[in-house]
Amino acid sequence: MPIEKINTIVSRAVPIPIEEIDTDQIIPARFLKATDKIGFGDNLFRDWRYDNNNQPIPSFPLNDAKYTGSILVGGKNFGCGSSREHAAWAIADYGFRVVVSSFFADIFKNNVLNNGVLPVQISESFLSEIFREIEHNNEAEFKLDLPNQTFTIISSGKSESFDINPYKKDCLLNGFDDIDYLINKLPEIEEFEKTRK
Amino acid sequence: MGKTLFDKIWDSHVVSEISDGPSILYIDRQFIHEVTSPQAFSGLENRGRKVFRPDQITATADHNIPTENQHLPIKEQLSALQVEKLKDNSTRHGITYYGLGDVYNGIVHVVGPELGYTQPGMTIVCGDSHTSTHGAFGSVAFGVGTSEVEMVFASQCVLQPKPKKMRIIINGELGKGVTSKDLILYVLSQLTASGATGYFIEFAGSAIRNMTMEARMTVCNMSIELGARGGMIAPDQTTFEYVKGRKYAPQGADFDAAVEKWKELYSDDDAVFDKEYTFESADITPMVTYGTNPGLGMKIADSIPSVSSIEPSSQETFKKALKYMNFEENQQLLGKEIDWVFIGSCTNGRIEDFRLVASILKGRTKAPHINTYVVPGSYLVAQQIKEEGIDKILEEAGVELREPGCSSCLAMNDDKVPPGKYCVATSNRNFEGRQGPGSRTILASPLTAAAAIITGKITDPREFL
Ligand code: SF4
Repeated sequence: MPIEKINTIVSRAVPIPIEEIDTDQIIPARFLKATDKIGFGDNLFRDWRYDNNNQPIPSFPLNDAKYTGSILVGGKNFGCGSSREHAAWAIADYGFRVVVSSFFADIFKNNVLNNGVLPVQISESFLSEIFREIEHNNEAEFKLDLPNQTFTIISSGKSESFDINPYKKDCLLNGFDDIDYLINKLPEIEEFEKTRK
Repeated sequence: MGKTLFDKIWDSHVVSEISDGPSILYIDRQFIHEVTSPQAFSGLENRGRKVFRPDQITATADHNIPTENQHLPIKEQLSALQVEKLKDNSTRHGITYYGLGDVYNGIVHVVGPELGYTQPGMTIVCGDSHTSTHGAFGSVAFGVGTSEVEMVFASQCVLQPKPKKMRIIINGELGKGVTSKDLILYVLSQLTASGATGYFIEFAGSAIRNMTMEARMTVCNMSIELGARGGMIAPDQTTFEYVKGRKYAPQGADFDAAVEKWKELYSDDDAVFDKEYTFESADITPMVTYGTNPGLGMKIADSIPSVSSIEPSSQETFKKALKYMNFEENQQLLGKEIDWVFIGSCTNGRIEDFRLVASILKGRTKAPHINTYVVPGSYLVAQQIKEEGIDKILEEAGVELREPGCSSCLAMNDDKVPPGKYCVATSNRNFEGRQGPGSRTILASPLTAAAAIITGKITDPREFL
């Protein structure tokens, strides 16, 4: 089952300049009762986005009309905590295709990649520059270039390259899916099992 | 060059490597639960496939279940549906399922070891980050997302890049009233919640060697809170004795043969780790957390650090955490009044934890204003609590014992801490709202939690020992 491809994306960005954003904040546990993958975007950052009376908190970036776009920018150690892939589903379902931070938790990184969302890890100083750029001009645009592995602030042309595993890059560029890959390898896996008996 | 314990197990499970890419890693055992598996089953079925190796998968319902009246149908509709799905999916695909009321039901990371599914040298995954718990047996065990749960359904493999290796050595012997929970909270306070991201940790040193299996599980359980992919401990006589005779462990001559193999599971003297840390037991006391990630902890008698002592880039996060907890910089927490105590979870919901709790509660009574969730990690733990008379001690102290499950660790069920209230918890995460929207969690050992039940305050448990 193919995932949505990514190549280059030019977009505005939504900033959440907070460090250690854990997956309990991205999608609180009480929304994990569903048995399908749809609709999680409505509860993305639920407890930061809505108050106790379910009223939107205007100051939270997702509720602030001046921020929009398919790029989410978060502080260091983004996605730490629980392995719930629901966090990745919520981010994808909300419409983000790229998450930018100076540091990602491991499981989260795998989870978003498996859902066609690209984690872009950049330096601490470049991250601060991006936050400053958005603060200065919330219509600022950014360019993600996956083939060349660069992320660019368009106004200043300032750019940084990021790492991605070549296999994963290939998957995203072509929309390939790990599970299909493994299913094609079943004969080899069965051979391997015989060597271990 | 020698190999680390991690290398030995990992390398022997690699089916093949994708050039410039992850390895195809063979998984010996997968555990599943109701929350992170339904989408993996439907994904698999949408591809028109069956589970490839159902015998190597075990299911238990734990996250989303009530801890009262488990003999009755689950009231909450969505939870009932999720548990029902796990049962249906497991049955349809030939997977062993331990449902509510089953004598082998319980929290997935408590059940695996106690039934002997978890053995040295294995690769183990589960759609739950605390799968790292099983590393205490000298296995490579790590949490995965639902896509990877589906990969294992389809192929008994996952695609994983090999992590880097870290060793954490703890010398000396833990003092009286200092538990393995304090040890790992101490390491967290030193290395932070992202200190081991990208690494797989091996814990070593005399403090670890002297620990029981249950204490080791607590350490490995929380290795994930350091950001690590997992944590592990080389198996030894303590490990072999724990595994021996358990339901799904090898029996008789098979067991002896297995032990011979397990004895080779250690890091060679000349093995190289990418990073190494050493700590001294003498520096560790009972610990509490004061912030909203498990790395923000301190010795129970210390004061919360001042903002200026925190690295400038992290000061905003630190202030945000204190604001959420309604604590001040430089504040002492000893004597601070609290409202709730939660004893349980896959970190500290085993029989030894309840023995520790009983050692303090015996002959004493609960502070009147304190509410509790005291929850065994499994039905077998619950049974043993009764056999040892710990239930009586709890009852006499005025503390109610609930039925097994994850409970207030993640509060997917009704076991929530109300907004603004402080809860001393033996679980592993103190994130904002983790125990219910607005709840404030202080992580601590079972001893410290028990002392808080008696005094209603944050109390050094050594006062009672
Ligand atoms: S007890 Fe808590 S940490 Fe452990 S498996 Fe359950 S929810 Fe996860």
